[in-house]
Amino acid sequence: MSVRMPEPDSGVLARREQIVKVLRTMVPGEGVIASEREMKPFETDGLTAYHQLPMVVVLPETTEQVSQVLAYCHGEGIKVVPRGAGTSLSGGALPLEDGVLLGMAKFNKIKDIDFANRIAVVEPGVTNLAVSNAVAHAGFYYAPDPSSQIACTIGGNVAENSGGVHCLKYGMTTNNVLGCEIVLMTGEVLRIGGKHLDSEGYDLLGLIIGSEGLLGVVTEVTVRLLKKPETARAVLVGFPSSEDAGACVSAIIGAGIIPGGMEMMDRPAIQAAEAFVHAGYPLDVEALLIVELDGPAAEVDHLIARVEQIANENRAVSCKISTSEQERLLFWAGRKAAFPAVGRISPDYYCMDGTIPRAQLPVVLKRMKELSAKYDLRVANVFHAGDGNLHPLILYDSNKPGELDRAESFGSDILRLCVEVGGVLTGEHGVGVEKRDLMPVMFSEIDLNAQQRVKCAFDAKGLLNPGKVFPVLHRCAELGRMHISGGKLPFPDIPRF
Amino acid sequence: MTDSLRPTDTKQVEDAVRWALGNDKALELLGHGSKRALGRPSQTDMTLDLSGLTGVTLYEPAELVLSARAGTPLSEIEALLEKNNQQLDFEPMDYGPLLGHEAGQGTLGGAIATNLSGPRRLKAGAARDHFLGVTAVTGRAETIKSGGRVVKNVTGYDMCKVLAGSWGTLAAMTDITIKVLPKPETEATVIIEGLDDERACAAMSAAMGSSCDVSGAAHLPDHVASYFDGLPRPEAATVLRLEGVAPSVAHRKETLAVLMKPFGPVALLDEADSKALWKSVRQVKPFALSQERPLWRISTAPGQGHAVAPAITPAAQMFYDWAGGLIWVAMPFTDEPDAGSVRRAIADLGGHATLVRAPASLRASVDVFEPQSAGLRSLSKRVKDGFDPKGVLNPGRMWAGV
Repeated sequence: MSVRMPEPDSGVLARREQIVKVLRTMVPGEGVIASEREMKPFETDGLTAYHQLPMVVVLPETTEQVSQVLAYCHGEGIKVVPRGAGTSLSGGALPLEDGVLLGMAKFNKIKDIDFANRIAVVEPGVTNLAVSNAVAHAGFYYAPDPSSQIACTIGGNVAENSGGVHCLKYGMTTNNVLGCEIVLMTGEVLRIGGKHLDSEGYDLLGLIIGSEGLLGVVTEVTVRLLKKPETARAVLVGFPSSEDAGACVSAIIGAGIIPGGMEMMDRPAIQAAEAFVHAGYPLDVEALLIVELDGPAAEVDHLIARVEQIANENRAVSCKISTSEQERLLFWAGRKAAFPAVGRISPDYYCMDGTIPRAQLPVVLKRMKELSAKYDLRVANVFHAGDGNLHPLILYDSNKPGELDRAESFGSDILRLCVEVGGVLTGEHGVGVEKRDLMPVMFSEIDLNAQQRVKCAFDAKGLLNPGKVFPVLHRCAELGRMHISGGKLPFPDIPRF
Repeated sequence: MTDSLRPTDTKQVEDAVRWALGNDKALELLGHGSKRALGRPSQTDMTLDLSGLTGVTLYEPAELVLSARAGTPLSEIEALLEKNNQQLDFEPMDYGPLLGHEAGQGTLGGAIATNLSGPRRLKAGAARDHFLGVTAVTGRAETIKSGGRVVKNVTGYDMCKVLAGSWGTLAAMTDITIKVLPKPETEATVIIEGLDDERACAAMSAAMGSSCDVSGAAHLPDHVASYFDGLPRPEAATVLRLEGVAPSVAHRKETLAVLMKPFGPVALLDEADSKALWKSVRQVKPFALSQERPLWRISTAPGQGHAVAPAITPAAQMFYDWAGGLIWVAMPFTDEPDAGSVRRAIADLGGHATLVRAPASLRASVDVFEPQSAGLRSLSKRVKDGFDPKGVLNPGRMWAGV
């Protein structure tokens, strides 16, 4: 583990036995796990390069228990790391040696399905896919669909502001959640939003979504439900270069078409996926585009013809339109299996998650090729082409000395490159511990301090998930101070009326 | 009249806030002033006029992104987008005529700071949902950046969200980046005639629950129907907008008309009438004709929007947008906003009510924004203190002390 975490509190560790005892009074039965053997499965999340046993695991079942546990930890100065399914790819749910790991998996009930208002009220431990499944009988679904949707939970989605392949058209978690119940570190329970739109005051919900478990523990979420589109069809288009594929994407959007999904893969990713899934991908192309149109059949047929025409005008060398639902799913099967497919051709891979302005794609791919040569590691790219979210997969072998370090340096260089061309460090996986120390590439100290002041408003003692997101932790008292210099109106050049 | 400062760059905005901090002065943040009369009247010493920060600094239609200085007129941005067959999908409404100003004023910064939206809100989201990046000067006289120019971004807290709808109480935004989207090729409207409010809410709910992709759903009761443009008859009309490519709109129009038949007689509007109708819905036309009567804007669960009417005086005029979830209510008397009844109704139904229009004396004595629970109130105050601990930016505009 190469990332420094906050210094463990020896006072807390010394009181461990007592702390466990108190926690057991709050969450009875098997809800408190303290033996090393039983805690082992909790030592890592989806970013498996990092692991750490927590001090104790607590699995509450009610909001009241969450509130009690947090209030107690707040009083005792004990750190808390919340976790949903633990599928974070950025180490956002990585335990702390001196911290409580608060697992929310037992919050697994769907409390209300209200079709008249097109919402569902769910507990945070419900998986993303379970929400859609629960309303499928009436033709509804929940739009954000991260690749991990079978396993990842709504609570985790809220923490990470999860996206998916359809977010260009349907938005991310933040655009699809209307309300929540949240427990602050003090144990205070707040209800924000509901079945209505917009906030009466500050958009606190907007702050909470994507806050990576640093602001509070969500115990209930109200999500928006959408009616399933009548039909969906996909086009599979091959290009002789990624420039051509990129130009085609721009031309499609330029023509006023917002596809339900638009994914790009580069040659190494195409080859790996085709070998694994046999989706019928062309193997003689440099870039492959999957464009999916959804809506009424009349609309989909109309638009798919236009997309085909645009593709041909942009030097497409192959173009295949799905003629059945089965074929559409096959087109997607390759893309959806891209990660495991790459896993078959390399002992390990490291998945990156930057976003770039789409026009910069050729530049970024070219520079990535150079970096690949420099670090002597292969890289395959899958790309949410509509919104510029790039997932380079760096191939390495952790058994070869130095390769993991090289992969991490390669990854950091890619993310710096994303920021350099006008993009950002993370599009959907979160900062977590993984990108924490790169935050200054994108933000000044002033920017980061302003964000930490938001943290202070929610968690003044800094006990919730410390060591994630922010590279340098400041005390709230220190952040609150203000140094005012200058009392005169120092700008004669400002017009004054 | 208060003194006014008119900075032309971010540095000057920072200087102005620093001056206010050093001299214990409070600043009123202003763009064109089209929404100046909305909110609690605040006591300020100087106006910080941001309308000098103008100009579109980046517009890449194929990347669906636009950046502009915060004081750029919204009308200029909308005209530029129009040339490229694009639009602000959140369809910002214009408060100007409701508050006694000319139509067509307002800045991008003002639209974001008040989290504007229009009828398409129920499908496309509000300003907050299209707000990608910002440069802003906080009440600490510090210039901060957040977000970026890409849609998919989870790097750090989403500070854009808390600035959208903060009514200038947290920071003075100087540069704004938003997502823009293609304009629909055409539109049409399906009308169900003669429904009462409850039946109308049920019809709108059925329409929204269909796969017809409705992009506007409003109910215009009998007593206000004649004020709206484009309607065939001045009678209660439940109106459903469909937008998209021509073959799709044609298909969905037929499907939706069949689906709505059981609710009442169905009529159809073509593109021109549909556009005129929705423009008048977006601009809350019935209540912009005179500025006398106190005006409420209520957001509640759409399926029960109709339950608001019986809870308030029958002399009030009202209509419904957002499938019943947004209710505009004009009170009958010039000096009586009937806040008690409105707030009691909201307490029962959930949601929030904003007193959009009332004389300053009333806005000082009645809560303009929905009062919050003690916990949320104190959290909001802590957020405010993080950005603006000395309360130099629009103090008290939303709530006393915030």
